[in-house]
Formats: sequence, structure tokens, C-alpha cells
Amino acid sequence: MDQYKVIGKSPPRKDSKDKVKGKVKYVNDINTVGMLHTALKTSPHAHAKIISIDIAEAMEKPGVRKVITGEDIPYIVGLYLGDKYPLALGKVRHYGEAVAAVIADSEREALEALDAIKISYEELSPVRSIEEAMNEDAALVHEELDTYQHIDGIYPEGDSNVANRTKIRKGDIDLGFEESDFIIEDTFSYPQGDHVALETRAAIAEIKEDGQVIITSTSQAPFVVRSLMSSFFNIEPGKITVTAPPLGGGFGGKAGIQLEGLAYLLSKAVEGKPVKVVNTREQDMMASPGRIGFEGKVKLGCKKDGEIMAMKLHYMFDTGAYADYSVNISRAAAIACTGPYNVPHLTCDSLCVYTNHPFTNAYRGFGHLELAFAIERALDVMADKLGMDSAELRKKNAIKAGDTSPTNSVMDENTGDLSKCIDRVKELIQWEEGTYIPLGENKVRAKGMGCLWKAPAMPTNTDAGAILTFNEDGSINLNCSIVEIGQGTGTGLAQILAEKFKMDLEKIHIVTDINTRVAPHDWATAASRSLFMAGRAVMEAAEDALTQIKETAAAVLRCPSEDLDVAEERVFIKDEPHIGLDLKDVVLGYVYENGNAIRGQIIGRGRYIARRITGIDKETGEGKPALEWTLGAEAVEVELDLKDYSYKILKSACVMDVGKVIHPDLARGQVVGAMSMGLSLATDEAYVFNSRGQVLNNDLRSFKIMRYGEMPEYLVDFVETPQGDGPYGARGLGEQGIIGIPAAVINALSKAMGMQLKELPLTPENLWRARKEENTI
Amino acid sequence: MKTYKDYEAINLSINGETRKVIIKHSDTLLRVLREKLGLTGGKPGCENGDCGACTILLDGKPVKSCMMLAIEAIDKNITTIEGLSNTEIQKAFVEYGGFQCGYCTSGFLLNAYALLETHPDADDDTIKEWLQSNLCRCTGYEGISKAIKTAQKKKAGI
Ligand code: FES
Ligand code: FES
Repeated sequence: MDQYKVIGKSPPRKDSKDKVKGKVKYVNDINTVGMLHTALKTSPHAHAKIISIDIAEAMEKPGVRKVITGEDIPYIVGLYLGDKYPLALGKVRHYGEAVAAVIADSEREALEALDAIKISYEELSPVRSIEEAMNEDAALVHEELDTYQHIDGIYPEGDSNVANRTKIRKGDIDLGFEESDFIIEDTFSYPQGDHVALETRAAIAEIKEDGQVIITSTSQAPFVVRSLMSSFFNIEPGKITVTAPPLGGGFGGKAGIQLEGLAYLLSKAVEGKPVKVVNTREQDMMASPGRIGFEGKVKLGCKKDGEIMAMKLHYMFDTGAYADYSVNISRAAAIACTGPYNVPHLTCDSLCVYTNHPFTNAYRGFGHLELAFAIERALDVMADKLGMDSAELRKKNAIKAGDTSPTNSVMDENTGDLSKCIDRVKELIQWEEGTYIPLGENKVRAKGMGCLWKAPAMPTNTDAGAILTFNEDGSINLNCSIVEIGQGTGTGLAQILAEKFKMDLEKIHIVTDINTRVAPHDWATAASRSLFMAGRAVMEAAEDALTQIKETAAAVLRCPSEDLDVAEERVFIKDEPHIGLDLKDVVLGYVYENGNAIRGQIIGRGRYIARRITGIDKETGEGKPALEWTLGAEAVEVELDLKDYSYKILKSACVMDVGKVIHPDLARGQVVGAMSMGLSLATDEAYVFNSRGQVLNNDLRSFKIMRYGEMPEYLVDFVETPQGDGPYGARGLGEQGIIGIPAAVINALSKAMGMQLKELPLTPENLWRARKEENTI
Repeated sequence: MKTYKDYEAINLSINGETRKVIIKHSDTLLRVLREKLGLTGGKPGCENGDCGACTILLDGKPVKSCMMLAIEAIDKNITTIEGLSNTEIQKAFVEYGGFQCGYCTSGFLLNAYALLETHPDADDDTIKEWLQSNLCRCTGYEGISKAIKTAQKKKAGI
């Protein structure tokens, strides 16, 4: 079983000691003398025309250097669709949108000047929901949508609030429903919320005399920032350096481009001096993007025995006022629209819809979370109708190798084993003991399940790189571009390298601040593809370095390099292991006794680029957009008080097929953390809007996330069906643990209440309301 | 009563050292520690008293340093994460995965450390009552909870 030295073990994370001593430096920990600070003035309205902005008084305030408004920096920014200015220009489109920025000697002075900026608005009626946005005569959030620039593969619909529509057509939908014995149709939804990374976003920008732009930011994607900065502001890419230190959490919210552009423009306004922009918590929730809202209509047809025949899906995503990543979230949801099931006849329209809500971007799960909520809830409704155990219904339809995905690409031999995951999660949650257990008169325990699948949604040419250099003691510097965001991938990559060199992990040193000037190119730390793709690059870099090491040693030892092996910091002849050299004497060039030196230092180079991925057809969705699929099953157990609808989540279980577990403790940590986010989202997390579209809970006192003591017992296990092309067979697992959880919670509570719940968040008040509405029908 | 006006030099006792620092009377302790003294272990997660990322110890008691002024800390002993070394709770956090991104970690560690000093035999309810003042978004609290219980046992010599 244990053929590996380091893979599959759980050594301490590389950053452990610094993290428990407060020594890790995050962006906002950087303060230099002479750095200027900023504060943002934000909109009190959800939708309004900006009539005038008077900055005169603010300019006079102590310490203030400049006050900047949208008119000063009329650049179009926007990740995939150019729909946004760094500061609102002409019109504000959501509550909390940034309208003006003060640059001052200190943050305090900048903040104190905000009140002196006088803005007059003419309020417009806000688009307050997906439903309102889709109305024929809806107000338009973007009147000029059809003139906006956008990337290929997204399809904004001018003169409407639809920022993107992705279509999937597979099989013959009419036939599918004709052949179905049972059909259900329902709508499931949940409102917007926020990532709530504990570290708010921040960026520091400086422009050198020769035009070099130096950015340090809380970014999951420093290379994306470099390339977008270049295209938004017409700067040569080679003149931009972006550094991403470790992040205090991201969850997708720090992907794409965030405050970097604004920081650059503000620096430019003060002759390139270093300028720091930091979000307050409230601004992080309102002025920067949050979590997307969702409404999914599902029509599902099954045979008597539970075989799924057809799905007609209509997904609508509430992106808020700007599209950012969300046009790709709705697309990702289309690509994976059925969940991990084999569905022969299928249509799906997945829409990204503008409203006057705060805007949104990537969030852990990226569309898969939302579609799983709709599909998994619908499956439970169907199971009730069929009188069938819902886990059986899932197993019966579980997708497997040879089946086709919604985009009609064949699931290959690397497809994980969903049935096994379902069986194991049933054991963990003790499904067979019963999924509905009354406890006296007013209490009940109930269990619910939710399955998941996810493929990274990323460009077809997504890549990763690795560079290895060596130190005098034979230790290795591993230079990859995966941002440390809490997931500890650096440690996992070091394990892969240590395994290749059969070397102690202590002898591998990782680079923690990713700097685009020196680090190898890498798309982004997102989509749970880091360990897979950078892992492959590290394997190749290791091979490259090992070959060079053997060549040097072969010359010295006068033997063919094929006869050599490397382990325990030595290179030696395989069948005469006592003949060899210490790595430290080889890696910087070998020096003979007389001083002659040969070959010079070893530099290992590795790269990986996604294999055979394509776009999808505009009309049918056909294509192969997925690199790999991670499948899994999750379940929760709740205890509900039927008198006041308060409840506790007792257990939360997840079993995923991850191919190979590289670091069991870190893997478990990712899954548990993801489950906790899913539980918190399902039970409590949602923006509350008033009738004017203002958000009433934009701080951590009123926007409640899970606290200590509210967590359930977590049960985690893994199935290991190797991913043929993954490093040591591994595939992604960072986001996936969240995906099935909201569905599992609503399924469990539906069972407990004996009714079909359809909306999140599941606060006791909302449960009571749902019961009341049911009684009045 | 002593009054403080505009900018003023004060002495603070931090991690066993006396540090002289020039402050404005309305500066929060968190800002002074981070921006004037380079002690960036405490984090501004909300600056509104909601997240606990800024927690420090004041005469051994956990306090949210974003919610108090630096002048209020005069003549008190301040402990920040930089002053905590090799404690059982720090070791247990490493061993049991008490953190991922680390942003909440200083606050949790100081709070948990003070808890175990004050109530070495704290039961689950007491632990919960203390630690509910801190938020963590990454870990789901599993590792934190295991770490606290382990450190508690180690301290008791079990
Ligand atoms: S920063 Fe002090 S409680 Fe959040
Ligand atoms: S470890 Fe990231 S917030 Fe706790």
C-alpha cells in the first residue's frame, strides 16, 4: 500500500510556524513611509443618475492630496464584459457602489474628508429581482449593453438585462418527456450573499519613472491582473509587475481583477507615488463583488423505476449590477447543468441577469453549487413522488465512464465512482437507520443528501509552470505561481517534488509571495486546478532537474547516466549504491580537486497546459470544456424543533472521489471548511434588501456566518479512482465540499417538515413562513 | 484626571517591553499596534467588534483592539501574538489544523490561550462562550476545536 515516501502523509504545512506567530505578511500589513492612503465614497442608492459631485470642500481638508471621481478616470474595466468603470460615471447601479476616492497622507485623513464630498443624485427605480429584470418592460440596468466589448463565448442580449445566455441541447426533449412516467416541475432559489474572506481586499500601486507599474495585491490571479491591466490601460505587459502575498481567504472573491486598476489610476493621479487602497468590511461586501444569487426552474421526467429520461432546465443568475466573473458562472452551470447524472434528453438555458443589486463574481463552487441545489432538491421531490429512497434514485442515475456529459462529451475512464461515494456517505451518516426519526412530540431528526460534480471552468489554454533552483546544501527552491490562500497547495506541491527526489520535505523551500516578474506563468489560483496543473508542472521540472543531475554525475562517475538514481540527497549507481555523489556537490556544478569545474548549476523547468479542451457550440453547447470531473456525495443530519422551527445540524458528511489524496489532513481541512461554508450559506447567509434596493445587512454583525460552537460533527472520507493524467492520480478538491451541502440541508429540513421547501436561507423564521404559506393554500 | 490632546507621546507595555509611541488620542489600539509599532499579527477583519481578528490580551484578558483606544491601554500589560511563543495552544494549532489562511489565527490563539489560563478545566459550553467572539471562514472550526481540547489536556498533564 505504502509505496510512497511523502505522498499520502500529512507533514506540517510549510507556513505553520509563521501563521501561529502572526508573522505572515498580508497586503494590508505593508505600510511604508511616504505611501499615500485612500478612502472611497459610496452610493446610498441602488439606481440613480449622478447629477453633480462637488469636491471643493474635501480638497481643502487636512492631509488630502487629491479627490478623484469617475470623470477623472473614464476607463472601462470589466473582466469578460466591459460594463464597468472603476468609479461610477454618470450613473450608479447598486447600493454601495464606489463613486469617488480621496487620496490623503493617512487613511484617517482620507476617511475624514469623505463627508465633505457633496454628491447630488436623481433616483431611478431599481431593478430589485431576477423576476423584475426579466419583465418585458423592465428598466435596463445597462442601456448600452449591445455596444459593450466582450470576450468570445458569451452572448449579451442587447436591450434586455441578460448579460449572457448559454444553451445546452442534447437528445430529443419532447421524446424524453413522452417516455417519462412521472414529471415534476418546480423552481428553487436563493438570494445573493458574500464570500466573507476574513481579510478584506487591498491593493498597493506605484508607477516608476520609466513607466514600470508595481502592484501588490490580494489577488488569486496575479497573471490575470497583469494581462487585464495591460489591456484596460494600454500598458506594455512587460512593464507590469504584480505580487500576490499570501491571502487571508479568497473563495473566488479575489480572482479576476479587483482593486488593482483603481489603485493604479489613483497612483497615476499623484505622479506615481505609492498608493494603497483597502476595503473596509462594509465596502468589501458592497463595493467589491459578492456571491451570486440564483433561481432555477427544473422540469424532470423519470421512468417508474427512477431512470431519468429528460430534464428541461432554466437557470437564472442574479449577477447584480455588473457581470464580472458571473457571465462565466452561468456558463459553467450550463456545462454541468444536470449534476452528476446520465440524462439522455436535455435542454438548458442558463442566464446571467443584471439587477440593481451589488455585483458578484466567482464564489467557491462556481455555478455547480447553484445547479446542485436545484437538481438535488428536484431529485428529492421526484423520489417522494416515486416512493423511492432518494439515495437509490441518485445511484440509479449516477454518471459513469462511457456516459455523455451535458455537452455531449464522453466521460472517460478517469470518471470517479459516484456510486461508491453514495454508499460510503450513507454509512457515515447511518442512512439505513432511517432518514426520518421522530423524537417525542415536537422534535424530529432527519437526513438529506446532495451529490456533486465539478470541472474547472477555465480558458482552454490554462497553464501552470514550475522552476527549480538549488542551494549549496543540495536543498531545492520550488518556484510555482500558486497563491497561498489558506489551502496549503504549496505544501502539496513540495510533497510531489520531495517524492520525485525521494528527499525530506524540509529540504524543499517554497516561494510564498508570487511575483509575476520572476515566477513562471500560471493562469490563476482558482477553479480547484492548482494541485493538478501545477503538480504536473512540478513533476516535469523534477524530471528535467534529475536528468541534468544525472548527466553531471555520469561525467564524474564515468558511467552511463541511465545507470544512476537519486534519493536521500545523493546521486548514485543503482546497482552499486555506495558509488555516488552528494547532491550538494552536483547541483551548482561539480568541482574537481584541482579546481576544474563542470556543467554549472541545475535549473529544473516544468510546464503544463490543459489537454484537448474546447469551447462549446453557441446553439447546442456541444464541446469538451472540462479538464477533469470530481464527483462526490454529501449528507447532513438535522434535528428540528417543530414548535419554533429552530434546528441544529448534527452531522455533515462528505465522500469525494479525489483520485489520490496527497496530504490527508489538508484535504480534510478543505472539505470541512467547504462544508461549513455550505451549511452557513444554507442556514443563514443572504443579503436583505429594502424596497429601495439598499442592503440592510452589510456588516458582520448583521450578516451572520457560522460561529464557533455551531459546527456539526464532520464526517469525511475519500474514494481514490486514479485520475490518469493527474499528479500521482490526484484531481481537484478545494471547492467541491460546498457543492452538495445546501441541497442536503434543504432536503433534510423538507423531510423533517414533511413539505417541499424551495428557498434559502433556511432561518427558523423562513421555515415558519413556509409552513404558514402552505397552510393558507 | 489626565487629559490627552492631539498628538501625544505615550508609553505602552507590550509583550514585556516598554514602547514609546506618538499617537492621536482617537487612534484605536489596533491601528497603533499595526501601523506605529509594526505588530501586524492582529488583523482588521471588520474594525467593528464583530470578528475578533484583532484580539489582544490586556492584563491577560482578551480584548478586541479595534474597539478600544490606545490611550486606554496605558499602564496595562498588552500581549499580542508576537509575544506568545511555543505555547501548547500554538503547537496544537499546528498539529490539528487550527488554521488555513491564518488571518483569524492570532485572535483565536490569544483568546484560546487566555481561556485556558483562566479556566484550565473549561467545559464545552465555556469554550463556546469564549470563542464565539471570533470568526473563522476557512476551517469550519473543526481543527480549532480539536486544538483547544488537546492543549487543554496537555496543560493538565493528561
Ligand atoms: S477587527 Fe476587531 S473585531 Fe473585527
Ligand atoms: S483560517 Fe482563514 S479565517 Fe480562519
